[in-house]
Amino acid sequence: MPLSNEQHIEVLRRMWLMRFFDEKAIQLYGEGRYRGSTHPYIAQEATALGVVAALEPDDLVLGTYRGHGLALAKGADPQRMMAELLGKAAGLCGGKGGSMHFSDVGKGFLGSNAIVAGHIAIAGGVALAQKLDDTHRVTVCFFGDGASCEGVFYETLNMATLWKLPLILVCENNEFAISTYYGDSISVPNISMRAQGFGLPGVTVDGRDFFAVQQTAAEAVARARAGEGPTLMEAKTVRWTRHSAVAAGGSGSDANAERWKKTDPIPRYTAAMLERRLLNEEQVVEIEHKAKEQIEAAAKFAIESPFPTTEDMYTDIFA
Amino acid sequence: MRELTYAQAINEGIREEMRREPRMMVLGEDVGKYGGVFGVTRGLFDEFGGERVRDCPLNEFAIVGFAVGLAISGRPTLAELEFMDFVTYAMDPVVNQAAKLRYFWGGQVQVPLVLRTPIAAHMGFGSQHSQSLEAWFMHVPGIKVVMPSTPYDAKGLIKTALRDPNPVLFAESIGLYRTKGDVPSEDYALPFGKAEVKRAGKDVTVVALGAMVLKALEAAETLAARGIEVEVIDPLTLAPLDIDTLVASVKKTNRMVVAHQAHKVGGAGAEIAQQVTELAFDFLDGPVQRVGAAHVPAAASQVLEDQLYPTAADIVSACLSFGL
Repeated sequence: MPLSNEQHIEVLRRMWLMRFFDEKAIQLYGEGRYRGSTHPYIAQEATALGVVAALEPDDLVLGTYRGHGLALAKGADPQRMMAELLGKAAGLCGGKGGSMHFSDVGKGFLGSNAIVAGHIAIAGGVALAQKLDDTHRVTVCFFGDGASCEGVFYETLNMATLWKLPLILVCENNEFAISTYYGDSISVPNISMRAQGFGLPGVTVDGRDFFAVQQTAAEAVARARAGEGPTLMEAKTVRWTRHSAVAAGGSGSDANAERWKKTDPIPRYTAAMLERRLLNEEQVVEIEHKAKEQIEAAAKFAIESPFPTTEDMYTDIFA
Repeated sequence: MRELTYAQAINEGIREEMRREPRMMVLGEDVGKYGGVFGVTRGLFDEFGGERVRDCPLNEFAIVGFAVGLAISGRPTLAELEFMDFVTYAMDPVVNQAAKLRYFWGGQVQVPLVLRTPIAAHMGFGSQHSQSLEAWFMHVPGIKVVMPSTPYDAKGLIKTALRDPNPVLFAESIGLYRTKGDVPSEDYALPFGKAEVKRAGKDVTVVALGAMVLKALEAAETLAARGIEVEVIDPLTLAPLDIDTLVASVKKTNRMVVAHQAHKVGGAGAEIAQQVTELAFDFLDGPVQRVGAAHVPAAASQVLEDQLYPTAADIVSACLSFGL
């Protein structure tokens, strides 16, 4: 379904929220305001937003520890996200999850998972429940090129295809599993080719092109809703930043930075908005500024928020 | 009262809970048309159909992962592993996912998952089909561990497990499948965290797990002939552990033996012994004695396996070591 003008403008707003959120996350980490790690989604914004643009609000999404962008794509509140990042009680998960476990079940975001590929089978189970409940909803599972080497990915491809589940498997191929280039660890040039061995469609798309991602995802979603089963969708992108706050990894090189700047999804999408006359230059600048202000306010809120109490440590273990 | 085997009791418990909860699922290898490699899910496919009782490919990680996905979607799910040893393929979905999702998502989901992990100790299956790994899961917060020894307990506990909105590991003993016992036909469920005194006594407490409960009762009979009264306690659930009942018993008997088929080193017995020692040190006449398997893998040869696993005689020796 084509997006309305308002929805197109909302996409640009969320792109900037994602970008500024992760820039802020890196800054706050550098200031020592939280520990652990953080995995920026910078440069991959068009993938999450393109896929989510093909979904209904009650379709479900599961993602990885590089999941801040996905949470924003599904409509999570930046204030509560920032509070979660800093381990505060007002966070999405009460401060118990942190950067790698953002989730907002009410918004259909069944969380970020920090075990590479561990969530792929869970997504299969969620999709099976949708099918059995005859909901006509679909599940989307995001994962990286590294995860496509884990055995459970193949186990899930087999079961999901066998049972014709309403599942869209989105592999965000950002070329690096920490330091390992995908060409050095994956035996095929396109991860989507893995689908051939399991009997489901596999398609590769430019993950930095919002419109291409949306179109491809829409086809996969239509197929899933029609009961025809899963699709493996590979979104090619580039990891411009470090792997995480802790590990630089193999990206972030000058060469990659140059490549990335040419394909930064935000200017690309902005140009399309201007070309289609959905927005003018002034409005574009205003959206960017407002997003930045919103993230700054979220950070202020998070910094000033209280930490959880000792009692909170012992809750949420069992229902 | 009618008698059922341990396997029939589990089957009936599952059947009753599936009738009560139409969204409940069963996933596993050979659990459907075939009825389970040991027949524990027999008849469920015919009654509830292949949508709810699903034969899965041989992929334990995905089976348990799918079960977690179903569970957080509001479908209580029973996943069966054919042997407990195969949980090694599914450690991520059990330990990192099922046990922790609710916690690190700040209580946004429930995980009503039961994982049946049958133990085939001392049955000649060799090193990869004989292990009792319950201590691994007792160590992990966020998952309950159940270990029944009688048909009555097995049915009452599988029903409680299936009604629990949290992950439960159900460590049943294949060696007990054909044992018989009274099982009421009316609905009942047994609480978690409530140990049962299987035989009362005043001289020494024997805490026994799973199949070792029968050996402990045998040992108690032997010792009774010598005038020694053994109190045999089955914790029924290791997590939560009813430490109060164990401590109350040792305050009476002043002596305790813990017996299980798992390896003695790092077994549940070590944890139980230490907890009792911390809470009742002044009441103990000597260190809590542990009876468990030797620290070698299970051999298939009967002669070697008979030496590996503890017997009733080993429990008798442990009791007599207190100078009784």
